[in-house]
Amino acid sequence: MKLDPAIRDQVLGTVPSLRAFAISLCGNVDRADDLVQETLLRALAHIDSFEPGTNMPAWLFTILRNLFRSEYRKRRREVEDADGRYAETLKSHPEQTGRVEFAEFRNALAKLPSDQREALILVGASGFSYEDAAAICGCAVGTIKSRVNRARTRLADLLAIDGVDDFGPDRATRAVLAGGGRN
Amino acid sequence: MKTRKTNEVETPGSGADTPEPRDAMGRPITPRKTEMRLGREAQARIGQQLRAMYEAVVNEGVPPQIEELVRRLSEQDNGAA
Repeated sequence: MKLDPAIRDQVLGTVPSLRAFAISLCGNVDRADDLVQETLLRALAHIDSFEPGTNMPAWLFTILRNLFRSEYRKRRREVEDADGRYAETLKSHPEQTGRVEFAEFRNALAKLPSDQREALILVGASGFSYEDAAAICGCAVGTIKSRVNRARTRLADLLAIDGVDDFGPDRATRAVLAGGGRN
Repeated sequence: MKTRKTNEVETPGSGADTPEPRDAMGRPITPRKTEMRLGREAQARIGQQLRAMYEAVVNEGVPPQIEELVRRLSEQDNGAA
């Protein structure tokens, strides 16, 4: 049976955000795109388990996150040093991290524990509700809330965002914020 | 043994209905600064940076090889069902 074009378009419509999430998990565009492709293969092979009318992005994000986690579990050494490797990847291949101008912010993000990082991205960037984020990560809503709070506090520390004037040396980031961000 | 002699005798817990919380060394416990809630301003800035970084990738759209993969798979007969 061929896929309903409406469902196909929902899948395609989720891809840009799915990629952004994957890049924030992997810290590497090539690996992220592999992960996205694997997610789509898996999702489309099991499209019958998707209930039309429910949250397509949440469904795809859940599959991607589970794939990412199980890939790491298989390679134990990477689990133990996942965060260190992530930071290394950013250092050695800054051009692979999507956008060089966000290097400072990505570096700070890389220093967070992975569970805090994913919670912050899902809620603060992907725009999921706390409830959806909790479902994606397979944990309680309260756990997501506390991870997001801890992530924000730690980021503010790392980026020295505490006063009105001090906003770090990253000129490109300043420019972006000066130019937009009112929406 | 303390040598300081005043009229106020400091006896732990004396005269207070609810004694101040103390740690194991008898020092008063005060809330830690790092656990305080972030200001609205700082939260807004972090939120803006986070979204700007994320949107930069989102704005790249769907890479051609991924679009092709989805279209190919959706045309395929999913024999398993």
